Amino acid sequence: MSLELQGITKRFGGLVANDAIDFAVADGEIHAILGENGAGKSTLMNIVYGLLQPDAGTISVDGKELTIHSPLDSLAAGIGMVHQHFMLIPVFTVAENIVLGHEKTGLFGKLDLATAREEILRISQEFNFDVNPDAIVEDLPVGIQQRVEIIRALIYDAKVLILDEPTAVLTPQETDELLNNLKKLRESGRAIVFISHKLREVKAIADKITIIRRGKVVGMASPSSEQSELASLMVGREVDLKVDKEPAKIGREVLKVSHLTIQDHTGRTLVNNISFHVNAGEVLAIAGVQGNGQSEVAEAMLGLRDHVAGSVLVDEQEIIGKKVVDCLELGIAYVPESRELDGLISTFSIAENLILDTHTSAPYAKFGRYFPDAVKKVALERVAEFDIRAQSVADSASSLSGGNKQKVVLARELSRPVKLVIISQPTRGLDVGSIEFVHERIVTERNDGKAVLLFSTELDEVYALADRIAIMFKGEIIAIAEPTISREELGLFMAGVSSQKGVSA
Amino acid sequence: MNVKSIARKAILPSIAFALALFVGGLVIGLTDSRVLSKISSPISFIKIFASTVGNAYLALFQGAIFDPNLAEGHSFLTGFYPLSQTVVNAAPLMLCGLSVAIAFKAGLFNIGAQGQFILGAIGASYVGFHFKLPIVVHILIAIFAAIVLSALWGGFVGLLKAKTGAHEVIVTIMLNYIAANFLLWLLGTSAFLRPGRLDPLAPPIAESARLLRLFGQNYSVNVGIFISVFVAFLFWLLINRSTWGFKTRAVGANSSAAKTAGISVQKITVGTMLIAGGLSGLAGAIHVLGFQYELTADVAGSFGFDAITVALLGRGGPVGVVLASLLFAGLRVGGSTMQANVQVPVEIVLVIQALVVLFIAAPGLITRYLKIKNLESGQEMASKGWNG
Repeated sequence: MSLELQGITKRFGGLVANDAIDFAVADGEIHAILGENGAGKSTLMNIVYGLLQPDAGTISVDGKELTIHSPLDSLAAGIGMVHQHFMLIPVFTVAENIVLGHEKTGLFGKLDLATAREEILRISQEFNFDVNPDAIVEDLPVGIQQRVEIIRALIYDAKVLILDEPTAVLTPQETDELLNNLKKLRESGRAIVFISHKLREVKAIADKITIIRRGKVVGMASPSSEQSELASLMVGREVDLKVDKEPAKIGREVLKVSHLTIQDHTGRTLVNNISFHVNAGEVLAIAGVQGNGQSEVAEAMLGLRDHVAGSVLVDEQEIIGKKVVDCLELGIAYVPESRELDGLISTFSIAENLILDTHTSAPYAKFGRYFPDAVKKVALERVAEFDIRAQSVADSASSLSGGNKQKVVLARELSRPVKLVIISQPTRGLDVGSIEFVHERIVTERNDGKAVLLFSTELDEVYALADRIAIMFKGEIIAIAEPTISREELGLFMAGVSSQKGVSA
Repeated sequence: MNVKSIARKAILPSIAFALALFVGGLVIGLTDSRVLSKISSPISFIKIFASTVGNAYLALFQGAIFDPNLAEGHSFLTGFYPLSQTVVNAAPLMLCGLSVAIAFKAGLFNIGAQGQFILGAIGASYVGFHFKLPIVVHILIAIFAAIVLSALWGGFVGLLKAKTGAHEVIVTIMLNYIAANFLLWLLGTSAFLRPGRLDPLAPPIAESARLLRLFGQNYSVNVGIFISVFVAFLFWLLINRSTWGFKTRAVGANSSAAKTAGISVQKITVGTMLIAGGLSGLAGAIHVLGFQYELTADVAGSFGFDAITVALLGRGGPVGVVLASLLFAGLRVGGSTMQANVQVPVEIVLVIQALVVLFIAAPGLITRYLKIKNLESGQEMASKGWNG
């Protein structure tokens, strides 16, 4: 079965999210859509899936034109979708999730799961998915949860499978398994649309690559193209994927964490007895799959968490038990994982966001008075220095793109006199241009002799920046390694296989 | 804040008010027996409908601002007696509105203005009738007592919220009941019972503690309105020109980002509730010292509850609250004239107030059905993008 899109156009107000996009995928083919965040990939797929209606253009399946008003229509046409954020109910079993919305009932409304269970087992065996229909979804690893999503599409006879950024939440091992599974699905004659901004994966799996930029198809490429070639097509200019880094000039020990243990308010241990240190002039990257305790460690470094035991010394001063404001005062720059939630106040102006944690110091304040004019003046300097693209510093932070939001946070944190930079997932959701900027800036801080503690789930980022790599798994640091460690080995550590050799903490 | 942004903020409340008047007019017409009796003949029905509604709103205006009947035979200015009544009622309403508004700024919903008002009235009244002090000093001490009592009353809510997470809405509602019944009990004690009286009524406020009337004894309008407007200005200063205000706005807009930036959410919560309580207490003082001159069981009327409406209609800003409190005081004062002159029940005013809140609280009603866009932030689309 083949899916063909012709001239798909979608406007939101004055913005053209999709501009006359042509795209086709045939059965037994994996066709990747490559584009940056905001290029219009998700809009396009939401149109195919029936969540959005196009302003112009046609969707055809096997040469027959279709009108798709809702996901039910697309499902009926044989199009299945695996969303980036899974649409599963965590406390339900696999089978219950899969029948959801299509429940068959017996006498007196009794739910009939038997057929669904059989079907799940059949598909699971056919593709080696290893999914137990009676498992509770929240107990399953993310990679298996994704397979549940795929089974759900297959069980309703999807011949075209759309995967939206499917590897964003997976470990490197899970990613490999997914790619293998997709190859099996291709052999079974299904058409697969693989949406991603990750060059490596697209090259590894796709038969054809369509590149989208600013809502337009800017070209097709073959998987044998060079990464740099794909990147420049995606971004629209030459891109330097390498971060230039001089050898580290290691200085004194700035951060020393010993036996740090963090519990949640119910007493569950989230981080278990970890120890590490960061020296001036180096980047220690804490790698690991999302949700293995990294966020909690980052928060504990700034006094943002309760129920913390152990010791965190910054230049030999204990910060556990200190207030956030005192930690900042000690010279810690903190770039939180979630810009939207913790890094910025979206209704505040850009200028106000630039002084969020310095608003009580001169020249912004004196004897409790607050001087907006001084704030504005400094804001203009910062906007220039950090190349923040905004019409006016009085505009609200919500008007900025993701990259510019991150620049605001960086500009604020790095303009204070700091000796330790704690930075979590600094390039999540950013475009390539902003990623380059953020990476360069982090290296600059390191070369300036600051200690940098980087939390990242992106292996490319870890390799580009780290002088040493600590790997977290289930609340523990299971290894600290040199950046020469191979991807395979690092991936195994991230999956919790700790029998490998590595430099211990 | 410039004129343009004030104007933009005024669009939604103005539309809401106009709509409320329109629907209120329908209610007036359709509940009037004389109008309904003409329902069989369309032309005279429309005529009497229009004249009934028109007369009702005219009476409302006369009762709230200017009544030519009062001016007849006297000086023209005599006709403004209703305006004096409106302003007298607007002053405490304004302060209570600011009390609710400042809590909004910190992301708190202060339903407790009523109870805080009562505590303030108690404090001001006691100092006002119990002590013999020189003028001005007497007033200042009475006001001080009112603010301290009510600030503690409000601050207690903030403390509970900061330390235990108790929701301020529940706590303030409960404290309103406690305050009202505390007042009732207090008025029965020998310290507060007026000599020679058995009903709950405190002794009159001493002359030395009464607020100065602005236009002679015939008009009750007094310096209270100046105090209130000045406090509204202080409110603006505090919020926009002080580091405390910056922190307050930060906590209200995104407490988790504020916390990450080293701002103590707990300190702001307690401090804001202290200020909010003090503002409502000042309202109670001004009402007792400037207009009532005595403490009664229902001294607070519905000031504390109307204040929520006022803060909503005023969109939580000082200018808005000043205007909204004048408007609502006018409605309340004019409503009784409307009932007296054209027999439209005073409750219609409550209907109009309720409709205003409904239209404000559900702006989608206005934006969607009247196709008015970009009322508040015109950049929502640009900020959220289209790619989810």
